[in-house]
Amino acid sequence: MTRQKIAATLFAALLPVAALADGHSIGDPEAGAEVFKKECSKCHMVGEGAKNRVGPELNRVFGRAAGHVEDFKYSKGMIRMGADGLTWTLETLDPYLTNPRALVSGTKMSYKGLKDETARGDLLAYLRTFSDQPQNIPEAEPTALAEGNPVLAPEVLALVGDAAYGEYLSSECKTCHQADGSDQGIPSITSWPEEDFVIAMHAYKQQLRPHPVMQMMAGRLNDEEIAALAAYYAAIE
Amino acid sequence: MRLNRRTFIGTGLATGALLSAPAIAQAKPRVVVIGGGAGGATCARYLAKDSEGAIEVTLVETNPVYTTCFFSNLYLGDIRDFASIQHNYETLAQSGVNVVNDTATGVDRDAKTVTLAGGTTLEYDRLVLAPGIDFVEGSVNGWTEADAEVMPHAWKAGPQTQLLKAQLEAMPEGGTFVMIAPPNPYRCPPGPYERVSMIAHLFTNINPTAKIMVLDPKDKFSKEGLFRDGWNRHYSGMVEWVGPDFGTGNITVNPGAMEVDLDGEIIKADVCNVIPGQMAGKIAGIAGVNDGNWAPVMADNMKSKVDENVYVLGDASNQGDMPKSGFSANSQAKVAAMAIRGELTGSQVFPAKYSNTCWSLLGTDDGVKVGASYEPTPEKIASVQSFISEVGENAEMRKATYEESVGWYNGITADIFGG
Repeated sequence: MTRQKIAATLFAALLPVAALADGHSIGDPEAGAEVFKKECSKCHMVGEGAKNRVGPELNRVFGRAAGHVEDFKYSKGMIRMGADGLTWTLETLDPYLTNPRALVSGTKMSYKGLKDETARGDLLAYLRTFSDQPQNIPEAEPTALAEGNPVLAPEVLALVGDAAYGEYLSSECKTCHQADGSDQGIPSITSWPEEDFVIAMHAYKQQLRPHPVMQMMAGRLNDEEIAALAAYYAAIE
Repeated sequence: MRLNRRTFIGTGLATGALLSAPAIAQAKPRVVVIGGGAGGATCARYLAKDSEGAIEVTLVETNPVYTTCFFSNLYLGDIRDFASIQHNYETLAQSGVNVVNDTATGVDRDAKTVTLAGGTTLEYDRLVLAPGIDFVEGSVNGWTEADAEVMPHAWKAGPQTQLLKAQLEAMPEGGTFVMIAPPNPYRCPPGPYERVSMIAHLFTNINPTAKIMVLDPKDKFSKEGLFRDGWNRHYSGMVEWVGPDFGTGNITVNPGAMEVDLDGEIIKADVCNVIPGQMAGKIAGIAGVNDGNWAPVMADNMKSKVDENVYVLGDASNQGDMPKSGFSANSQAKVAAMAIRGELTGSQVFPAKYSNTCWSLLGTDDGVKVGASYEPTPEKIASVQSFISEVGENAEMRKATYEESVGWYNGITADIFGG
């Protein structure tokens, strides 16, 4: 994968929040029903009588903590994110559907991601109809995006990381994340693909991924530092 | 005269004045508002206030004194007296609104007239419908509005609220209060559950062995976690909530026998509060602006989707995500007043901003809240952010939330009826 291509992918993963904000609406639920049929229905059910299949049923997914459908066997990564406080909302489902690994490392959802912004918006609008409606439950998850969500410029995401600088910076990470790749209680970040690393860090920085410590750590890393760490960790055998 | 861009800009003011001259020569533009609650009274007040007399505003309201639904549960709980939730229209009338104490019985949208029960006909340039709710006939098996004298709904505040209170106070020791909760959508989503809290509070003081049973057709309700936690902490063992898993989809009431048939099980009630399914206040149906039970409106200004000269506010409207609450109606009314004024006098119209907060009282000094902000989208008014109190907040915070709600009540009623 070329730098340029990676940048495009990252951009696609993180842009939608901003892109959707212009029009406010999520999308067209009727068109979303078709997207669901084509992209999701092999593994997921939604609507009356929906049951868990390869993936969990999706009724009331908006506002639900990640990894919390009863009797569904989730990946370790998903359970961890749920425990950290990841909740499914417009802001989190959008990047998740764009690239599941951006939000949940090690997710069992072996889906390449839906890059088409319109299709994704339609799909989210469709899924939203099966969750609590704010008219009845005012605290229910929003159904549209407000103006002024954070934007990540593509040039920021195209940065080439300096692995040597990353090694220096990584001392802060190694306090918790063991270099030998063990993942007891804390996930391993060793040999993490560069693009996943960068997306994940920006997702923490934008507070899309939960976890107060990681939000704090990522929050004070600048864009070059994130790229440098990604380059360093990707190269560790 | 040929208008090029330059001369147009230069003469904009003069041209504007010329174009509006005929309107000024005519009688003032007239707005008739039907319904003097949180939506209608606010709209009338803002139209009169902000147009500074340029618009003739008439408010039609059946009741000379208005009783707010919000805080009426606190009256049931003995935390407020009845007079404190009543408001008259004197200040509104003094501030330039023509207040007509009558009931609108007809709307002719072609002739742009409203007829009143008293025989008067009012002409309008713009009509604002803010009639609140009425009940869906047959929504609760065995109950009609005529039975409200036995099994009160108390979902329009006033004599019904007082009747329910009197029944609760007269309930035999250790008796059973049954509430039939309404199906979605209805006025004030947390309202039935705040009512349960306030009635439990009343019973704790005057009838501590009484029981409360809530029969709910819904499997989830607003602030559910907060209410359940509050019931456990303040009224342990008193409140039983029954959902659709236990037959609430099949309920018949028998007002004559004071019984409720819950999926074959007969429950004897000493007091029974039936809150039926709801629809837009009758005049909206008469005016022909409903689609189904509610009146669809444009998200950016609350204008009816059926008639460009009609606006619908508050509970009666189908606008999207905003809950049917007094706060919502008040918020929508200000947007509509700005839009109407823009249409009739050319004043500036800014993008709509809507918001809502619902406070609920769980027990003495134990207040919680839920709120959201909303923005118009092409399809509807959409929720873009929401917040809710958390279970486990300390007493200090809960007291502050309650005090905030009292401040809000004073503020919003001044905003609706005039300070």
